[in-house]
Amino acid sequence: MSTQITLKNLTKSFGRKHVLRGVDLVAPAGQNTVIIGESGSGKSVLLKCILGLVKPDAGEVLLDGQPADRDRDAFLARFGMLFQGAALFDSLTVWENVGFRLVRGKNKLNRSDARDVAVEKLRRVGLSADVADQFPAELSGGMQKRVGLARAIAADPQIIFFDEPTTGLDPIMAGVINDLIREITAEIGATGMTITHDMTSVRAIADQVAMLHNGKIRWIGQADQMDTCGDPYVEQFVTGSADGPIEAVR
Amino acid sequence: MVVLRYAQEILASIGAAVLALCAATGALLIFAATAVSHLVRPPFYPVEIGRQLLRIGWFSLPVVGLTTLFTGGALALQIFAGGARFNAESVVPSIVAIGMVRELGPVLGGLMVAGRVSASIAAEIGTMRVTEQIDALSTLSTNPMKYLVVPRLIAAVIALPLLVLIGDIIGVMGGFMVGVGRLDFNAATYINTTADFLTTADVVSGLVKAAVFGFILALMGCYQGYHSQRGAQGVGRATTNAVVSASVLIFAANYILTEVFFTS
Repeated sequence: MSTQITLKNLTKSFGRKHVLRGVDLVAPAGQNTVIIGESGSGKSVLLKCILGLVKPDAGEVLLDGQPADRDRDAFLARFGMLFQGAALFDSLTVWENVGFRLVRGKNKLNRSDARDVAVEKLRRVGLSADVADQFPAELSGGMQKRVGLARAIAADPQIIFFDEPTTGLDPIMAGVINDLIREITAEIGATGMTITHDMTSVRAIADQVAMLHNGKIRWIGQADQMDTCGDPYVEQFVTGSADGPIEAVR
Repeated sequence: MVVLRYAQEILASIGAAVLALCAATGALLIFAATAVSHLVRPPFYPVEIGRQLLRIGWFSLPVVGLTTLFTGGALALQIFAGGARFNAESVVPSIVAIGMVRELGPVLGGLMVAGRVSASIAAEIGTMRVTEQIDALSTLSTNPMKYLVVPRLIAAVIALPLLVLIGDIIGVMGGFMVGVGRLDFNAATYINTTADFLTTADVVSGLVKAAVFGFILALMGCYQGYHSQRGAQGVGRATTNAVVSASVLIFAANYILTEVFFTS
């Protein structure tokens, strides 16, 4: 069962800097919504507001119509996230990272069962059982990303967030991660939300694309409409042109 | 007019500094109160507490042991030299014991562990902050205060008194070794004088100080790391701030506690 995410007039400022100026967005259940936007457009802050890591100044986050902050523990229990730098815990082994949630909370498993589930999830993201007892520092960047993905899907979440999933990866590994994201969200029927400025990722992952510009959703539509939408901001972003309405610092 | 403007600027910068100090103190107190409130609320992480006990207590033992051993020896020499000026060399065992147990054991032990552990806690938690591991903990339904801060506070409050107790014994032993080996004290007399002179209150006051110092050094490490700014420079600054603030607060708390024990 997947969950629809609705953002209503989400606003956030840091001092005099207005990062989000009233974001309205619906991420349909079971679909992959990709949020694009230039660096500093507020994509990460938006994600953190939805997660409750940053408290919005105004606005609402609704999950299937219910406020997300009503029961944050219940929200987090059906949620998984792949961080930009994987954010694996250095002091824990790979399988302990993947099984972190499984050995805690109400429905916790014993360590042996949690390890079995973790190894299965690692296998799903293309890693062998050999890496289970290694530490994150012993792995390459691409492998760390895969472990982060395995951790995100360990508890079969209904919602998965991907924060710049291909940053720092070579094009081939980026392609692998994009395919995995697409396959896995479809497999478990989760609602996916990705923030990125990598257009290859957008085309590989997205069902729906939203462009965040100047703290507001500038354009939203289906991925196949992106190239023909006629919005000069989207066109400039998609083509990567330095000339256009989005100011580029030279 | 120029003088007035300069006066205004000076007052404004003093005011800004005072406000910044108040804000920092308030933030630290809120952090400490939040951490303490989590001490009594589940879930608890006993494995993490055990891991931190090993790290803060066991691995600090060599540095505390060596520090107190040499301090005890040096103290014996100093007191002997000072006491000789008014024929009071015989006070060496008793002053070494009381000096080590009431003051030097807890303070030097606290400072050495602050240097070793506060820095390490600040660097570890600061790195976790800048690499988003703390955010990851939150998304995995784990409160970072409970998982990272509380185990370190509990471990430090338990470990410091134990470390200082062992340090006290080693320090007195250092004085004994110098007293007997270098200053020609009779071994049995030295031990008897030490045992006769020391009271339970002396030892307990030192151990209470150690527990407070343990809380301070773990709190400052956690606080500075938790609020570390982005990048390697931010983590470096957090580490430095942790050691400096923990050391200064240990000295301040030492005076306050000594005053309390002295009065009572």
